Amino acid sequence: MSTSLSLVVAAVDDTVPGVRSVRLVRPDGGTLPGFTPGSHVLVTCGPPGTSAVANAYSLTGDSVAPRAYTISVLRLDAGRGGSRWVHALATGDRVEVTSPRSAFPPVLAARRHLLVAGGIGVTPILSHLRSAVRWGRDVEVLYAHRPGAAAHLEDLRDLAGDALTCLTDRTALGDHLERRLADQPVGTHLYTCGPAGFMDTVTLAARRLGWPDERIHVEHFGVDDLDPGESFEAVLRASGRTVPVPSGTSLLDALEGAGLSVPNLCRQGVCGECRVRVAAGTPLHRDLVLSDAEKAAADTLLCCVSRAADDRLELDL
Amino acid sequence: MTTQPSVDRALVTGFPFPFPTDRYRYTTNVEPAPRVVGTPAGQWGASVVDVDGEYHRELVERAAVLERDPSRYAVLDHMAPACWDTMLTLMRELAATYPDVMSLDGDGPSYVWTNRLLDVEQPFTYARPSTLPDEPLRYVAGQVQEDLVLLDQRDGDLWGDAGLVTFAADWSFGFDVGMSFLEIHGPVPRLRETGVITRAREFIMRLQPGAPYRRTNWTLTIGRQLDVSTERYPEWGPDRPRILTVDDTTFGREVHLRTEVQHLVRLEESGAVLFLIRTYLLPFEELARVEPWRATTAAVLADLPDDIADYKGVAGYRDRAVTWLHARTP
Repeated sequence: MSTSLSLVVAAVDDTVPGVRSVRLVRPDGGTLPGFTPGSHVLVTCGPPGTSAVANAYSLTGDSVAPRAYTISVLRLDAGRGGSRWVHALATGDRVEVTSPRSAFPPVLAARRHLLVAGGIGVTPILSHLRSAVRWGRDVEVLYAHRPGAAAHLEDLRDLAGDALTCLTDRTALGDHLERRLADQPVGTHLYTCGPAGFMDTVTLAARRLGWPDERIHVEHFGVDDLDPGESFEAVLRASGRTVPVPSGTSLLDALEGAGLSVPNLCRQGVCGECRVRVAAGTPLHRDLVLSDAEKAAADTLLCCVSRAADDRLELDL
Repeated sequence: MTTQPSVDRALVTGFPFPFPTDRYRYTTNVEPAPRVVGTPAGQWGASVVDVDGEYHRELVERAAVLERDPSRYAVLDHMAPACWDTMLTLMRELAATYPDVMSLDGDGPSYVWTNRLLDVEQPFTYARPSTLPDEPLRYVAGQVQEDLVLLDQRDGDLWGDAGLVTFAADWSFGFDVGMSFLEIHGPVPRLRETGVITRAREFIMRLQPGAPYRRTNWTLTIGRQLDVSTERYPEWGPDRPRILTVDDTTFGREVHLRTEVQHLVRLEESGAVLFLIRTYLLPFEELARVEPWRATTAAVLADLPDDIADYKGVAGYRDRAVTWLHARTP
């Protein structure tokens, strides 16, 4: 299970409009667990002990024996409230985070690393870049951002130097991306993070140019949530109880709200911990864990992201 | 009349007896670590790295094996970060487990490693090879009794891309290096069909830092020999027919139950998986003095299917072993 860390806000930085960087430290100032580049923590976006929204934020700082965890959060006024909460934090506030979890690591054996960031998706790319520089890896960075709204631009420049290209114009981005994707040595791995549409553009262009899927890495935790989904009812076979799952509430959240304890870690459909057995009904799979065959068998689902295809799902719980 | 014990008592009281029941089959027998397990003789399992009375002897033996056969150590180029990660992780484990004699001072990138058992005080800077007297994986293998294998995770698979293994039980690290997890386990009977090995692989690929797991494995070894690698088969292979010809006293002194306590640790920075193999040997004459161990071992060996017995190299003398153990029923 993931361990919870109780940290303190040591500094906030609002230099870039709409983006807040927060530096979190241990209350005793000690070293925090190291992490694999591209890792995120789940931040409980509310006072400790309340059932607040938990958001995944990539760690942007040094990954070996870190003295602080730093995150950068884009304010989304239409979101679930997590980013607004982060933007209201003050120095000295307590923040609960999970220990870092890795779901977007660099491939150690890659011959070259092409890092493509869109907007606030720069955060995991930055930690990839730090690691590439530490270990002398061959690296190139493309950073697409709106004019005047580039988080971590100085960090990228300091680390990447000439290997960084910034693009603020959509057409220029498309052209440059095509050119750079077409001109990489065999064995290059591509990593992209940004809004879903941006990552789709990058991966489609790469596939069209013949990049194999194993060399294309997408940070699924990006900035967009899954769509809220239709409401349905979950029937618990053991007790016969019916738990309503409204649109916008995950099955896992609904089960926990009904007092059930379901093992879980990532709550993003990546780790596979919250798999539950389906007794009747058709699951709507939205996870990244189950194989096509397992999904077709329709006898389990990952309740953190997956839902019901119809209005009712019976669970072996 | 009492007979003189052939091994240090601590090797009996700390022995990780590998059989929970009278029947042994391959399973995905992983559990969170560390966790203390009580046994009829004592206990084991309190830490991820284990230093015992054999520490100096085993480290001298490891150095001798490496000197004679450098192929026991291999690191593919891309694994350098994982080797530094391994060294730092193991030094932290050792310092946390044995604070009276070991410490790691500094909070990076500069550290000082102290190991009073070896009279070592070594300053170093993380990721700077010139600051260490040896490559990091080989250096840290000189501080622990465990064999070390590093698994790189890529393309939805695990690859044995680095390691230092001097105490292999009838396998060859030098042969396996660079292979995938399934290829490494290819020779083991039943693993593929039962799904044990693919489940183990899926499990390992989901390991997270800070949450180590462990499992045990076992075999029988003739003589108190740690290095029974494939490379030295010409030396130890003839022991198997020979053991059928010795008298009962010699049989009990020479045949050992060999337990491997294997830890799986996800490394923080590199994301590689560190697989630690710690080998414990207990001669049958000592094993037979602990009645539940004698009875269970006899039952397991009697029940063991031929293909597993064959793979473990005990097919030729397991009947003798069962008879020997039965004869010592109190």
